[in-house]
Amino acid sequence: MKRLISAAAMLFLASACKFNSADNNKLPIYGNHTPITRTVGDKTTTDTLYQTIPDFKTVNQYDDSITSKSLDGKIYVADFFFTTCPSICPIMHRNMLNVYEAYKNDKDIKIISYTIDPKHDSVNVLKSYADKLGIAGNTWWLLQGKKEEIYKLSESYLVRKPEEDAKQLFIHDGYFILVDKQKRIRGTYDGTVPDQVTHLIADIKTLKAEPDQK
Amino acid sequence: MKLKVIGALCFLLAILICSCGDGDITFKRYYTTGNVIYTTHCQNCHGSDGQGLSALMPPLTDTAFVRKNKSSLACFIKYGLKDKILIVNQKAFEGNMPAMDLAPIEIAEVLTYVGNSFGNNQGLISLEAVQGDLNKCK
Repeated sequence: MKRLISAAAMLFLASACKFNSADNNKLPIYGNHTPITRTVGDKTTTDTLYQTIPDFKTVNQYDDSITSKSLDGKIYVADFFFTTCPSICPIMHRNMLNVYEAYKNDKDIKIISYTIDPKHDSVNVLKSYADKLGIAGNTWWLLQGKKEEIYKLSESYLVRKPEEDAKQLFIHDGYFILVDKQKRIRGTYDGTVPDQVTHLIADIKTLKAEPDQK
Repeated sequence: MKLKVIGALCFLLAILICSCGDGDITFKRYYTTGNVIYTTHCQNCHGSDGQGLSALMPPLTDTAFVRKNKSSLACFIKYGLKDKILIVNQKAFEGNMPAMDLAPIEIAEVLTYVGNSFGNNQGLISLEAVQGDLNKCK
């Protein structure tokens, strides 16, 4: 009986979400919104300045330099991981493979995974990880940067700032962040939950259809 | 006399049935608890269907591998794997596996689960068998 109730509740919640996105056909914009008021002549207009992902400098698994410029004109999904992560990373990337499979032939879509253990995860290590994961080409980049910069950057993605515990293990969360062509955050999804990742795959399609994403 | 023989036979039969039932219950108990342990400690890497992850994490669906390495599996779990290449499903896996801090009984339970899921059919993997295997870990 309990099961039935929770199933009904889930169904209701799921339909509520669906209803929402179908209704608007537009994804929300996350992060800080700052109003900007301009006065031109005697007309006053107010624009909204949205929080965006700041510049960063990294290299990918092919030793190519990747900056925020490399993602200009792209919709992308970002996450934070490390190759020797024994806990949530395998399940995150098992799910991310579904996103990769869905969009690997779409030049407008990219996936980036920042390593939070750049000391161990060198370009060679990242390349070998990519090969074993079964990804090729330039759809999914595994990025190595300066540790402090990556940790700082994680705050802009609204994810938990990584930390190291006493055993030198890295603690981080498993969120996938959807970023639009204007570098604004348009969705966050728990990368360890297959249903949420399915939702992400659908949301990318919705986002692509927005007028200012073309 | 006849009655006594029949009675004794019935008694023996009853014991036989009971003990069979016991084994069955033990198996079910191991399997169910093993399922929970698997979800907590193994599933992230090896997957909910034991499918592994590409060439990073070996699958548990290679029944021949599981059969052949049956007596080493407890050691793999207890002490992890390092710098060892395993051939699973005809593919080489060289990544490390972390050691799991599990009691022998938990190892027996999770092995009973894995040994009878994902196509495997190993029957009960008992605590005694696991303890024996653990004594021989290299």
